[in-house]
Amino acid sequence: MQPRVFQVGILQLKPSKGKRAQNLEHLKTAMQELLAAGEQPDVLVLPEGALTGYFLQGGVRELAVSREMLFEELEDIWREVWNAPLDMVIGFFERSDNDYYNSGLYAQFGGEHPGIKHVHRKVFLPTYGVFDEERYQSRGSDFEAFNTRFGTCAMVICEDAWHTITTTICALKGAEVIYIPSASPVRNLEGEEPSNVRYWHNLVSGIAAEHGVFAVLSSLPGFEGGKGLMGASALFHPRGHIVARAPILEEAVVLASINLDEIQPARYENPLLSDLRAGLPGMIASLEEAIR
Amino acid sequence: MNIIKPNNKGESIELNYALVEKFLIEFLQEEVTRVKGFKKIVLGLSGGVDSAVVAALGVKAFGAQNVIAIRMPHKMSSPSSLSDAVIVAEKLGIKLETIDITNMVEGYVQEIPGMTNRRKGNVMARARMIVGFDMAEGLGALHLGTGNKTERLFGYYTWHDIADTGPVSPLGDLLKTQVWGLAKHLELPEVVISKAPSADLEANQTDESDLGITYARADVIIHHYLKAYPDHYIESLGFSKDEIALVKRKINATHWKRALPIHAMVSSTAIHEFYLRPVDFRL
Repeated sequence: MQPRVFQVGILQLKPSKGKRAQNLEHLKTAMQELLAAGEQPDVLVLPEGALTGYFLQGGVRELAVSREMLFEELEDIWREVWNAPLDMVIGFFERSDNDYYNSGLYAQFGGEHPGIKHVHRKVFLPTYGVFDEERYQSRGSDFEAFNTRFGTCAMVICEDAWHTITTTICALKGAEVIYIPSASPVRNLEGEEPSNVRYWHNLVSGIAAEHGVFAVLSSLPGFEGGKGLMGASALFHPRGHIVARAPILEEAVVLASINLDEIQPARYENPLLSDLRAGLPGMIASLEEAIR
Repeated sequence: MNIIKPNNKGESIELNYALVEKFLIEFLQEEVTRVKGFKKIVLGLSGGVDSAVVAALGVKAFGAQNVIAIRMPHKMSSPSSLSDAVIVAEKLGIKLETIDITNMVEGYVQEIPGMTNRRKGNVMARARMIVGFDMAEGLGALHLGTGNKTERLFGYYTWHDIADTGPVSPLGDLLKTQVWGLAKHLELPEVVISKAPSADLEANQTDESDLGITYARADVIIHHYLKAYPDHYIESLGFSKDEIALVKRKINATHWKRALPIHAMVSSTAIHEFYLRPVDFRL
């Protein structure tokens, strides 16, 4: 029987642009500080571009690594400091043969059947305004649910989540927990919080509530060349509310429990996912027509 | 029947200035100290609102003891600019130095027959830039830029003057009216908030008479124009075709001023054309 309750630690760490070795060291220090504080979460979740920074332009080619290399680097840290099985979700720039991707890794270190459980390659690469991703990276092509020690999971990266059909696919494929590594530069400071923080939290709250899933937003903090990355990472409950969140801009760690047994009551009260399953066959024709 | 009809007044350009303050303090600490390794800043304190706001943000980011303000009068500078700078420095508790640029400027001017007021104004502005960089070097500090978004978009400044050349510039994405809003939030002296903005490079000069439009009206047009609202929409907010055309003309005549110098491209590795790296990229 797999555990139904586990603890996630969202590590909202500021990377130093381009300094992978230094950022790995920073991650190790953060893990040591957690242990020193008596905290040892089961799953550590890091943002998009966690070990490099987000705005790299052509520097992607100098900083992208293979998924295997990243796994080995993280495994070395885990072996040195953690002394217990650990799952980790982390955004990284991936080199695969001659292509580059903005990817997210889900890996298990220690325990039964350790290894890379899944790599999601970002499908929706923002290439407008301040963003220029598709100039430097290739698109991924699919959204998958995958099994872990802690439930059936899925991953979408940043703009992937802004298209609600992506997380709908994940939920239909059985995801109970959706991880969302992101990097969002702050803009529009007219409200209590920057407008993109409000948008992100409304969006992920909607994703969690519509599908009855836990959603983990791990969002990059800090500044990159005058652009402030928002932070504000948070865990969202299947009923849509925020369980715990981090401040904007600053480094922080969010520690919170996920109890997978809270999904079923949420879906019992609002059975939207099963409604969708029932109604989906009739919508396929409409969808195909819309695409044409 | 309770009928609710929202008025279309366009987008507000008001900001949450407490949030802006927090953001800009974080920005300064990051870019000045954590990225560039400086603990002290230098800025030209003109007696106007832009430099006063930057000084106040600097005090909050680095402490008053680490902010060095410099007055750089020329013999034709307005006396009120000098006295207003003193009021700001006293209010903030920062060190205020005075470097008179008259000899610098006049030493050059006397060598140049036919010097015009416009050229002389540019010389004064660039003399202040030299002082800003040199004082920063001497004090082991970083010289901050003080330009705001409206003057940047209008090209209403001397290219490579002291406000334009600061390696770190906190107000460059704030419209002039937003700088005033931030100044009020920071409780800066009323005299620098309420005075007519002036480059003070010629006698009795004011920004708004030079520009031909008030900042209050220009900023609303700028905001909507940059966000891709069509002209007829902006007109519906109460602006004339002439005002909209004036704003667009000024913005579109000065893109060069907001860019790096142009280099002839002869390869497929031209810097900033093919070879693209962000400003903070280091390996």
